[in-house]
Amino acid sequence: MVSFSSKLAAAGAAVSLVVAGAAAQTQINGAGATFPYPIYSKWFSEYNKLHSNVQINYQSIGSGGGIRQISNQTVFFGATDGPMTPEQMQAAPGKILHFPTVLGAVVPIYNLPGVTADLHFNGPVLADIFLGKITKWNDAAIGKLNPGVNLPGTDITVAHRADGSGTTYIWVDYLSKTSPEFKSKVGVNTSVNWPTGVGGRGNEGVAGLVKQTPGSLGYVELIYALQNKINSGTVQNMAGEHAKATVESVTAAAAEAAKQMPPDFRVSITNAPGKGVYPVSSFTWLLLYENPKDKAQSKVMVDFLKWALTDGQKYCADLGYAPLPEAVVKLEMAAIAKVKVS
Amino acid sequence: MEKSRSGDFGFRLGMGAFASLLLLIVGAIAAVLIQDAWLSIQKFGLSFWRTQVWDPVSGEFGALPFIWGTLYSSVLALMIATPIAIGIAVFISELSPGWLRQPLVFLTELLAAIPSIVYGLWGIFVLVPAVRWAESGLPDAVRQLPFFSGPPLGLGMLAAALVLAIMVIPFTSSIAREVLKSVPAAQREGAYALGATRFEAIRAALFYARTGIIGGVMLGFGRALGETMAVTMVIGNNPRISMSLFAPQYTMAAVIANEFTEAADELYLSALVEIGLVLFIITLIVNSLSRLLIWSMARTSGAPPADTQPEAEPVAA
Repeated sequence: MVSFSSKLAAAGAAVSLVVAGAAAQTQINGAGATFPYPIYSKWFSEYNKLHSNVQINYQSIGSGGGIRQISNQTVFFGATDGPMTPEQMQAAPGKILHFPTVLGAVVPIYNLPGVTADLHFNGPVLADIFLGKITKWNDAAIGKLNPGVNLPGTDITVAHRADGSGTTYIWVDYLSKTSPEFKSKVGVNTSVNWPTGVGGRGNEGVAGLVKQTPGSLGYVELIYALQNKINSGTVQNMAGEHAKATVESVTAAAAEAAKQMPPDFRVSITNAPGKGVYPVSSFTWLLLYENPKDKAQSKVMVDFLKWALTDGQKYCADLGYAPLPEAVVKLEMAAIAKVKVS
Repeated sequence: MEKSRSGDFGFRLGMGAFASLLLLIVGAIAAVLIQDAWLSIQKFGLSFWRTQVWDPVSGEFGALPFIWGTLYSSVLALMIATPIAIGIAVFISELSPGWLRQPLVFLTELLAAIPSIVYGLWGIFVLVPAVRWAESGLPDAVRQLPFFSGPPLGLGMLAAALVLAIMVIPFTSSIAREVLKSVPAAQREGAYALGATRFEAIRAALFYARTGIIGGVMLGFGRALGETMAVTMVIGNNPRISMSLFAPQYTMAAVIANEFTEAADELYLSALVEIGLVLFIITLIVNSLSRLLIWSMARTSGAPPADTQPEAEPVAA
């Protein structure tokens, strides 16, 4: 049954080379992270306009679900905001490859009546706030980063995500890299045991909390902050600059990371070194088997991925994602060749 | 004769099959929950019920803060909702002018038809700011009490209990109304004949209908235990046990809804399923206890357990 339909699809693909448009449909199913869902669905619909015989379906069920489903081989490809752990890679029935597709970032947002300037933060200060060690806005550590700003003596209300989320993963990954205490007390996961604060559901939940609660500080995805015109604070990078999250500064973080990219792309780029870098940035990954069962689908998926990493990147900025830097795309093009298509 | 008997037999068989289907569904739910939670049950055993740490990073899971949050919010909601619901029921069935009765019935039932996400949104945008305003207005002396300690966030146990109370009112009130309607007219006439005032006659009717009313309260309790979306939007989602009404807390249903999609680790997933199992067991216990209560009250008073037959009895009894 499978081999018959795949033969049919392969035949269809061959025919489409000769007679464009009059080909059998190739359907590919994927599932995973919610964060890249807007750009993925844009890509799938644009790609379908170019290749009407290719239909890619994506269910945004969350990174955990994406990893589970590709491990169980119920979908052809998965998607995740945090790279798979070595144990998860072991548990899968075949070798799974990671392909970064776009970049995202997480920004601190706050509600401090009377303060109009952009507030500056750094990793250790944010970590201490989210650990509950810094509890007042006029704490000396915050004051030192913000000379000349008249900070009130009010309590800081910490707002974090209540639902498991790639956003939380990126945020705590950054805090853990800059604060050993945060790493040992809280650690890195899509949900963590927060020592303090209130939990909101989704980016909109956290943004709503911050908007309503004077004296609050939270974190949301850059896309969400951009689309809703929420002002965010800066985060000090390794070069000592007070970096504001923009499409450019996020791509810059990935360009720095590309210099020491591991061959499997499973790399965290938070706290990347270099100038002009926004330090709370991350890739989001597409997951593919190196040797997929269905070679016809594999061929189509590889073609699609090549398109997404090149022509497809132009849709990033409009949707608030940062495009991949050239260097990373080059490395990925070489890696895609490893996926077996026949 | 022959034909109708075989038809009767078929009817009984069919209905029996439907009834046993119910048993089968409950059994299947329990089986699947136990199977999927097995990893966590083996690892934590009974300590899952009494430990307080919920840490997905280190793989330590304890359900106590969620059990506490669920029971505390539901009990508070009942304490707020029960008097109001009974008041509404008494007004509609005993005191209301005829033209007002149907609109009031319609309005209470409308409350039950509003989706819980809408209650949640209303909670975030209207109730939470109002609660925050009320909380910050409390005098410092009161704020020293353990029930009112902590910063006035608005989000927290109080907001959750208020939303739940509003959601529970239509259930309790509808059943209380039906039960009051089924109190035999002779009961009231008897009270009036003995010279009772209107208040005393209603009190007698309430006493007569008490088992049914308690059944309605318990139905509301069951609803409050399982409510997910509206609660998670206003409770603050912080798994820490606290007596304070101002403190952000967490419920079992809310943590499952929040963390299930992104839980990639086997043990983590299994612990979330076990939370579901705990909720299932607690709901079962609450329902059994309420049955027991109704049953024992019905036995001692000799009145029929009215909640099982909420339809009006013939008034001319």
